[in-house]
Amino acid sequence: MELTTVWFILIAVLWIGYFILDGFDLGVGVLLPFLGKDDLRRRVMINTIGPVWDGNEVWLLTAGGATFAAFPLWYATMFSGFYLALFLVLFGLILRGVAFEYRGKRDSATWRKRWDAAIFIGSVLPALLFGVAFGNVVSGTPIEPLATSGQPDLAGQLNYTGNLFTLLNPFSLLMGLMTLTVFTAHGAIYLRLKTSGEMRDAAKGAALKMGLVAAVIAVASLLWYQAYSERVAVTLPLALVTAVAWLLALFMVVKGRDGWAFIFSSGTILLAVTTLFVGLFPNVMVSSTDAAYNLTVTNASSQSYTLTVMTIVAVIFTPIVLIYQGWTFWVFRKRISTSMIPPQPEVGRADDRFAGAAS
Amino acid sequence: MGALQLSQWQFGITTVYHFLFVPITLGTVWLVAGFQTAWVRTGKVEYLQLTKFFGKLFLINFAMGVVTGIVQEFQFGMNWSEYSRFVGDVFGAPLAMEGLLAFFLESTFLGLWIFGWDRLPKKLHLATIWAAAAGTALSAYFILAANSFMQHPVGYEIDPETGRAVLNNIGEVLFQNTALIAFFHTLSASFLVSGAFVAGIAAWQITKNRQVNVFRKAAKAGAWTVLVAAVLVSISGDMDMKIMVQQQPMKVAAAEALYTTQTEAPFSILTIGTPGGESATDIITIPGLLSWLATGSTSGEVQGIDNLQQEYLQTYSQYGPDQNYIPNIPVTYWSFRLMIGLGMLAALWAIWALWALRGDRVPKGRFFSLSSAAILFFPLFGISFGWIFTEMGRQPWVVFGQQLTADANSPLLSSAEVWITMIGFTLVYAVLAIIEVGLMVKYIKAGAPEDVVHDPYEESKKDDKQLYFAY
Repeated sequence: MELTTVWFILIAVLWIGYFILDGFDLGVGVLLPFLGKDDLRRRVMINTIGPVWDGNEVWLLTAGGATFAAFPLWYATMFSGFYLALFLVLFGLILRGVAFEYRGKRDSATWRKRWDAAIFIGSVLPALLFGVAFGNVVSGTPIEPLATSGQPDLAGQLNYTGNLFTLLNPFSLLMGLMTLTVFTAHGAIYLRLKTSGEMRDAAKGAALKMGLVAAVIAVASLLWYQAYSERVAVTLPLALVTAVAWLLALFMVVKGRDGWAFIFSSGTILLAVTTLFVGLFPNVMVSSTDAAYNLTVTNASSQSYTLTVMTIVAVIFTPIVLIYQGWTFWVFRKRISTSMIPPQPEVGRADDRFAGAAS
Repeated sequence: MGALQLSQWQFGITTVYHFLFVPITLGTVWLVAGFQTAWVRTGKVEYLQLTKFFGKLFLINFAMGVVTGIVQEFQFGMNWSEYSRFVGDVFGAPLAMEGLLAFFLESTFLGLWIFGWDRLPKKLHLATIWAAAAGTALSAYFILAANSFMQHPVGYEIDPETGRAVLNNIGEVLFQNTALIAFFHTLSASFLVSGAFVAGIAAWQITKNRQVNVFRKAAKAGAWTVLVAAVLVSISGDMDMKIMVQQQPMKVAAAEALYTTQTEAPFSILTIGTPGGESATDIITIPGLLSWLATGSTSGEVQGIDNLQQEYLQTYSQYGPDQNYIPNIPVTYWSFRLMIGLGMLAALWAIWALWALRGDRVPKGRFFSLSSAAILFFPLFGISFGWIFTEMGRQPWVVFGQQLTADANSPLLSSAEVWITMIGFTLVYAVLAIIEVGLMVKYIKAGAPEDVVHDPYEESKKDDKQLYFAY
């Protein structure tokens, strides 16, 4: 297999990992104001993702870094082109990250309310905008060579020529709604898996309601996507399998099989991203101006030396990362419930909440 | 201002801001790991209290480093797409490695450390902070190797067809002397910053008579860290200067505002007016010192700015006869001095603090108390000036000798777009800075926790209950 193909697959894998893992973090964040009726419940919700959200987010950073290394022209065109949209994603991720860490650090209802709002906004924005961005990548955006430039080197360089509003087209917005609703339902399913008692009960309704909305939107957008797919013969069946996996996930929620529900909702995300990438190949960014200006795994990639080096690094270290990240999930496998959460600590007793709970 | 200048300002603002949190993270994580190790080995409760206390401050700081770091990873592509296209083949590799080898390690094990007090046996829990510390250092290494490529590009060739840099030797990129020395210098300087952070806060607590017996240990550990780090910073800084004079002689000349090539070049400590300019008046100079710093001999020749400008006009004739190769001299001149001066002040303070705290003494003076607070910032600003010098001194290049900063920005970004993001980032960062400092002050005042559980893992096993919730 060509190394460029290997890296196309690896980047797909990184996005799959990111969407499955940070997908439920974002979902829990979106659900915070709806399921977190009181502070105790909100703390249960946040503590379910507490130990893992930062590690999950690294999948995004690594996807970004890997795109830079393997397909620098894709990285350059997409990141400069989707400029303001990415700013909003960054804005959300900044708010969310700080909010998790700072929310419990002052004993004030106003303080916590503000950070809860930050978690919500910081989860909705990325959850929505990642879908919008992917919708644009696969369906095509105005990309063309620079006509004139002071520097001859630049001539012929493919650049995005639209603006923020170009990105907000119906298909991409639908894709955005898909990621938003799927992540939210995925988050609810994760909460089912990680909590017990009233929290777990509350998550059931959210998982099913949001899951059905997500099902409709996902089926619509994945069917619409077939209009842009390079190989409908593969992506249409894949889209159908995706839908089946999602329905199975919801069925498992009804059955109270939390582990299976989570496996199926993760599988759904895996299949959906696979559908998108399979239909995109060999392009990495479609030009709506002219197919000749498509960025592809060939014209956007690094040279084979870089790809070889990076392949060796990835082959050695990806399994190691998977092992210790998997171990983290094992360490924190226990369910959490509202009855376990100790009161907010007083300052000075600082962070020894467990001391308060033990005594 | 055009989109280029705005992008430069945005990069400057976001990067300088990000780097206020990075050096504290890079060093403090090892000090916290050290306290926890001392606790595990000796069982003395003070060390556990210090672990908790500085661990909390570390996490408040770390959160800011993480979220501002995401911006760094993205803005090469967002604002500097021509740079990304030109060097992506080379520069992307260490960045991707940083993600895969360092960020995962750092964030995963820190998560385990924060939440794992009652989930992991004592020694395993201790190992998680060491793993996180290794992750932070590894992260610094990769990003410094990437930055070193911008200072001194190696291990590549230019593809004649596309005009892009193509990697041909990853070993050179990762292990060239520029990268090794930059890592040595940055890490030792981060220890200086973190030592001062720990010692300053601890000394402040002592002067306030808060938990003196606990904080004395931290003040001494921090002060000794500062002193050892100061020696290492000097050694690595000296090494850095000696390779810089070969690799980027213009930067060395700009550091001193040395306009004409000379032997026995002096080092001016203080100048009035425009440094090196016609109106400059050097107040204090040390003869031959610059030559010695740059070449190892007081009579060594140091190239001057004007001579280098002439030389570069010929070497890089493709950029035309009007290209200015001279960095902003007042910035380089003063940032270089502030870097050295603020670092040295921290070392002097550390000596003073060790003397004032010797035996069981509790220093009372108001000046000592104020200096303890001030010393948190001196080396932090010093390391910041060091990077301002490093990056501003490389201008007008983004990749030395290969790409001008003016050719590196995203060609189609409008000023309006960059204004929006620059104002956006600046506002968010300003608000977060206020919140962050507020929390730091609150948790410093709160002092170290008194009722710490010695073996939360055993405690939690007893009634099979998770007792610890960090959020």
